[in-house]
Order: sequence, then structure tokens, then C-alpha cells
Amino acid sequence: MTVWCILVIAFNTFRENLRDRILYNLLFFALLLIGVSVLLGDLTIAEQKKIVTDMGLGAINLVGVIIAVFVGIGLVSKEIERRTVYTIMARPISRPQFILGKYLGLALTLTVNAVIMLGVFLATLWMDQAPIHGALFQAIQLIYVEWLVVTALALFFSTFSSSTLSAIMTLSFYVIGHLTEDFKGIAQKSHSEAVKAVMNGLYYLCPNLEVLNVKGQAAMGQAVLPSYQALASLYGLLYAALLITAACVVFQRRDF
Amino acid sequence: MDAIHIHELTKRFWSGWPGRPSVTALDGLSLSVSRGEIYGFLGPNGSGKTTTLKILMGLIRATSGTAELFGQPAGDVQVRRRIGFLPESPYFYDYLTGEEFLSFYGQLAGLQRTELGRRVTDLLEQVGLSDARRRQLRQFSKGMLQRVGLAQALIHDPELIILDEPMSGLDPLGRKQIRDLILSLRDQGKTVFFSTHIIPDVEMICDRVGIIVKGRLLASGRVDELVSHGHTQSVEVVCEGIPAERVRTIAEPATRVLQQGRRALLVLPGHERLEEILAAIRAQGGTLVSVTPQKGSLEELFLQQTHDQADGRPAREA
Repeated sequence: MTVWCILVIAFNTFRENLRDRILYNLLFFALLLIGVSVLLGDLTIAEQKKIVTDMGLGAINLVGVIIAVFVGIGLVSKEIERRTVYTIMARPISRPQFILGKYLGLALTLTVNAVIMLGVFLATLWMDQAPIHGALFQAIQLIYVEWLVVTALALFFSTFSSSTLSAIMTLSFYVIGHLTEDFKGIAQKSHSEAVKAVMNGLYYLCPNLEVLNVKGQAAMGQAVLPSYQALASLYGLLYAALLITAACVVFQRRDF
Repeated sequence: MDAIHIHELTKRFWSGWPGRPSVTALDGLSLSVSRGEIYGFLGPNGSGKTTTLKILMGLIRATSGTAELFGQPAGDVQVRRRIGFLPESPYFYDYLTGEEFLSFYGQLAGLQRTELGRRVTDLLEQVGLSDARRRQLRQFSKGMLQRVGLAQALIHDPELIILDEPMSGLDPLGRKQIRDLILSLRDQGKTVFFSTHIIPDVEMICDRVGIIVKGRLLASGRVDELVSHGHTQSVEVVCEGIPAERVRTIAEPATRVLQQGRRALLVLPGHERLEEILAAIRAQGGTLVSVTPQKGSLEELFLQQTHDQADGRPAREA
């Protein structure tokens, strides 16, 4: 019953995403990718294939992050604002089960998005006669882990703040998450103890999303070590798990 | 064991700012609802009805006191299998069709596929929405939403149904449909606890009623007991054959006199001086047409209780 309830909530969330026409962005993505590919084929002389690969990975990453943020922030806050949570919580389902179900529902939406976008991406590479190698799949797998972290961030913020505030905080953490190495560098170089403390705090608190970014290497056809891929994935999944746990704790204490 | 037992329930909402006083929504509320009865929870807007229901459903926590459903603390996940709930002015997942909507809530309640299909079909028919089963909820009228909302509360065949303002905002036909549904639930042996501020709805269908004002239960009991208990009942006397100028001489105890042709209507504040009036009618050569005791109404009691609360007078239990 425990797992069943989570799956029922997850499937309903996925169905909501489908009917909100979120997957329509895929059509936009496909047209964009094919259009840019054709354009670049005409304009560039050298490195056309690398640019197409780079742009494709970047577009996949961006579309997924946008979905994770802007759907993720409404996962819980929308249920509370619209009071649909009243009838759900009147069922024999615990609050953590509800949170997990909502998260898995969006993760399922992202998975379907990833599969379709990957298909369009590979078809574009094939048409452009660009090489399709293992590094691309590594990059996309780590992009998917990054989406899971961003979704968890959005879900966590949406358990205690409005949609707008959740969006601002999630996007801020996403940007900071790609700059944490710089924070560490600033902390090491700074002579101010206060600056060191703030920068070190940010470094350890925020997710280090840059470890999940291997798009540059993948575009060059350079694969990362499988051990790096495994450790980076584990790091991302653990960070997401921590955020989901925190979201459950906050949601458990909420009055509606 | 009662279906609902609430003891000394208090809920204070923090104002959100230090120094600003908290708002007391419930102030030592106690009540019980027996199994198999329809209990109307009557109170003006802002009296604490929804807060009480939210505590019962575990949506908010009480500041102090206890609330139990079938002997289990309110908010217990397992006891919710035995309860159906319809919130006030509900918003549902409007991208679902009527059928999908009920199936979703049935699945959450753990119904198996065969039983679920049968319950969905039966309930859609019961609430008169069979034709709309494949229509999305965003195309439903307010009355249809209220009925499909009631159906979701009943999908798992609960023993206790808790409804927050189920007739609010509905037209007379819609209100009647909901009333009939509630009555049919009692016939099936279910317990119904519903909040409302519409007095005729309570008078028509409730076995017992509780009046809540400013978070306190001011009266509780059967409707007929409440309206007769300690409440002055008027008496209407109709007579004929007495000229208008002489009616005034016998009508001194009456609070109101209406003369229409040969007939006169005298309204007495109570039974105390009835014999005196009857004797006077006979003495004047008139004929007695009827004597009708007038029952007090729940509305009068409700207004009196609300007024008493403002004056700080004690509550009443029938």
C-alpha cells in the first residue's frame, strides 16, 4: 500500500504534466536543433560537427532544467494554493509518501523528455554525419542526474514558500551550483575571515553541479572515467535524497 | 464508541509578527457525534467550523485538547480509510475526467480494479453525473463539481463522512440533491458530520445540531429539544364574531392583533394567559376558530445564541 500510494501520486503528476502540454517543448526543441544544424552546415567551415554536438547537449540540458525548475516549484505549492492537498491528505497516505510521489512523477516526465530529446539529438547527429560515441551518453546521463538535483531543490523550496520565491531560490542555487569551485578559490585567496567563512559556507552548502557537467569533453569526443561518472552520479543522487528528506520533514510540520 | 469525540479543543493562529496577538479560532470546544447520525455543525462565517474540520482531518494541529475519530487520534493515517471528506469550495484536478477523478481517489484508498470500476459507475450514477463521466472537470458547473466532490468522499464506502459547507453556493435544486444524498447516507447507516451556516438545511435533515460561535460550542442537541428548551413559544388564537372595537378590550395580553373582516388573530407570548383570553372571547359572544401553539425556530435560537455570546451569557446543552 505504501509503494502503491506513491505510484498513484506519481502517475497522476505525470498525467498532469502531459495534459499541461509540457512535452510540447520537445517539438520546439526538435525544430530548433534541426534548424540550427542546417544553418551551421551552411555557415561554418570547420568544427561544424563539434558545434552541433555542443549545441545539442546544451539544448537538452537547458530544456530539462527549465522543466525541472518551473514544474518543480509548483509540485507542492500549487497543491496547497489550490487546496487539492486537502482531499489527498484525507486519504490513507502519509505526507512523505505524497512528497515522494510528486517527485517521482516529475522525474518520470523528465525521463520521457530525456528519451525523446536524445532520439532527436542522435537523429540530427546522424543526418549531419557527426560521430556518435559513448561520451555523449555519459554527458546525457549526468545531465539527467543534474535535473534530479534541480527538481529536488525546487520541490524542497516549494514545501515552504510561494511559487515565485521557490523559482528565484532554485534558479539562484542552480547558478551558484555551477560556481562553487570559484567560491572555494575565492575563499583560499581572500585575507578576510568573513569572506572565507561565507565562501566556504556556500561551497559546502550548495550542490556542486559542475561535477555533473562533462558536455565540453563529450563534444570533443573525450569520455570520462567510469569511476568518475559513478561517483558524480552518486554525489548528485545523495544530494537529491537529502533535499527530498528535508522536504518531507518541512512538509510533515506544515499546517494547511 | 463515538464516531467523533472532541474534548477541550483549542486552536490559536500565530499572527506572524512578534508582539501582535495570536488569533483564537477554537476556544475549548467539546462535542461528540454518535454513529449513524447526521450532525449539523452550525455557525456564522469565521466561527471556527472549518478549523475544527481541518483538525479532524489532520490538516492542521490543535494548540491543545484532543480530537478523536473512532477512538483514534485525528490525523492518524489508518483511520482515514473509514472517513470521507469534502472540503469547502473544493478545487479539483480539472484536467481529469469525472471517471479518472474518482478512479484516482479510489486507487489512493486502495480499492482493487474490479471493485473500483463498479464503485465509480455506481457513484457517478448516484450523483447524476453518468453522462459527464468522460468530460474533464474544467467543463463542470459548480453544482456538478460539488456532486463529484461528494462522490470522491464516498468512493471507498467510508463509515463517517465529513463535509465542509456542502450546500454553499448551490442553487435550490443543487441543495436538494445534496440533502437527499446525505439522507440516503444515513439510511445506509453512515455517520455524517457537516458544517454549514444555512439554517433550513440543518432543520431539514439533521438528527442533532451544534451551534458554534467564536470558537465555542454554545448549544448542542436535537433540533426540537433545542428550540423548545427554555424558549418561549407563542400561541396564535383565531376567533370570529367579535366587533373590532370590542376585540381591543380583550386583546390586552396579546403582543399582536390582526383584524380581517369578522375574524381576529391574537398572538400571545405564551400559554400563561390563554384561558383568560378564551373566557373573554366567550364573554363577548365570539366563536373560537383555532388555537395554534407556534414552535420556536432554530433561526431564532441561533440568533439568540449569537447575541448571548456577544453579551457573555452561558451556553446551553439540550
